[in-house]
Amino acid sequence: MRKYLISSVFLLAITSIIYSCQSQEKMDLQNYIASGRDIYIAKCQNCHGEKGEGLGELAPPLTDSLFIKANKSRLACFVKNGVNEPLVVHGKEYKEKMPAFPELTNIEVAQVLVFITNSFGNKEGFYSYDQVSADLIDCRK
Amino acid sequence: MNKIIITTSICLTLIISLSSCQQDKKLPFYGERHAETVRDAAGIEKIDTVYQTIPNWSFLNQDSVVTTNKLTDGKVYIADFFFTSCTTICPTMHRNLLTVYNDFQNNPDVMFVSHTIDFKYDKPSALKKYAKKLGVEGPRWTFLYGSKDSIYTIAEKSYLVAVGEDNKAKDGYIHQGYLVLVDKDRHIRGAYDGTKVEQVDQLKKDISILLAEKK
Ligand code: HEC
Repeated sequence: MRKYLISSVFLLAITSIIYSCQSQEKMDLQNYIASGRDIYIAKCQNCHGEKGEGLGELAPPLTDSLFIKANKSRLACFVKNGVNEPLVVHGKEYKEKMPAFPELTNIEVAQVLVFITNSFGNKEGFYSYDQVSADLIDCRK
Repeated sequence: MNKIIITTSICLTLIISLSSCQQDKKLPFYGERHAETVRDAAGIEKIDTVYQTIPNWSFLNQDSVVTTNKLTDGKVYIADFFFTSCTTICPTMHRNLLTVYNDFQNNPDVMFVSHTIDFKYDKPSALKKYAKKLGVEGPRWTFLYGSKDSIYTIAEKSYLVAVGEDNKAKDGYIHQGYLVLVDKDRHIRGAYDGTKVEQVDQLKKDISILLAEKK
C-alpha cells in the first residue's frame, strides 16, 4: 500500500513537472508572439504588410510556408544583417534589398521571428534566443 | 399635444439643417490667402479671396519626358514626396496610396504625382523600375525627378511638406508623409498622413466631395 502511495506521488510529481514545462513553453510562445507582433508592426509591417502580403515586387510576402521552413536557420541573419541577394518566394524572384536591423537584440530577433513563423499561415512553433545566437554565428556562409 | 408639436418641429429643424449641411459640404482651402480686387465678367469690380496656388512646374517623369503642370491642370490630384530607397514611411505611404489609386481607377480626373527627394540616386530610370515593382503603369500616376532646389522649394513653399537631407536619419533624408490633395484650380484642399489608414480613408471621401463640388 505504502509503495503504491509513494510511486503514485512520484508519478504525479513527474507529470506535473512535465506539464508545467509544457505550459511554460506554451506561455513563452504566447509571450514571444505578443512582443514579436509589436516589433513587427514597428519595424517590418511597412514593407511586408499587415497580413504578411508583401508590397508588389518591392518586398516579398511572408506567407510562403515552404520558404520559411526551408530557410528557418537563416531568418535571424536576414533580420540582423539585412538581405542583399536574390530570393525566390512563392515562385517569384525578388532582387531588392532588405535593410539590416542591428539595433534588435537577440531576444527581440527571436520574438519577431516567432511571430512571423507562427502567423500568416506559418506554424513553426517556438524559437529561442539561444538558437538566434547559434544561427547568427553561421551567417556568412 | 404641445409637447408633440415642439418635438416634431425640433426634429424637423435638425433634419433640415443636417441635410442642408451635407449639401454644401465643401473642403477647406489650405495655405495663405489674401483679398484682391478683381473685375467679374461684366466688368464690375469686387473683392475676391485668392487662395494659395501651386505655381507652374516642370520636371522629368519616369520615362525621362519633360512633364509640366499641364498634366494635372483641370484635374484633382494627390501629390507626395518620397524616395525609392526609403525603408521607413514610404512603403506604408505608397501601400496606402495604392488603395486610393485602385479605388479611383476608372476616373481619369483623379491623378497621382509622386516627387522623389533623392536627387542623387532616383534618376528617371530608378523611378521607372520602382513604379513597375509597385505595380503602377500608365499615365494616372506619375513619378517626378527634379533638381534638389526645384523639388525642395515646391515641397516646402507650395505643397507645405517639410523635406530635407539629414545624415543622422536612417536613409539620409527626413520628410513628412503627407498626401496633399489639390483641386482643379491648383489650390490645396487637404493634407493627410499617408501612413495612417484612417486618414487615407478620409482622403478617399474628400476626393469624392471635391469631384462633386460645383466649379
Ligand atoms: C524596407 C523594406 C523592408 C523592411 C522594413 C523589412 N523587410 Fe524583410 N524583406 C524585404 C525585402 C526587399 C526582402 C527580399 C530581399 C530580396 O529581394 O532578396 C525581404 C525578405 C525578408 C524575408 C525572407 C523572404 C520572405 O518573404 O520570407 C524575411 C523572413 C523577412 N524579410 C523578414 C523581415 C522582418 C522580420 C522584418 C522586420 C524586423 C523585415 N523583414 C523588415 C524588405 C523589408
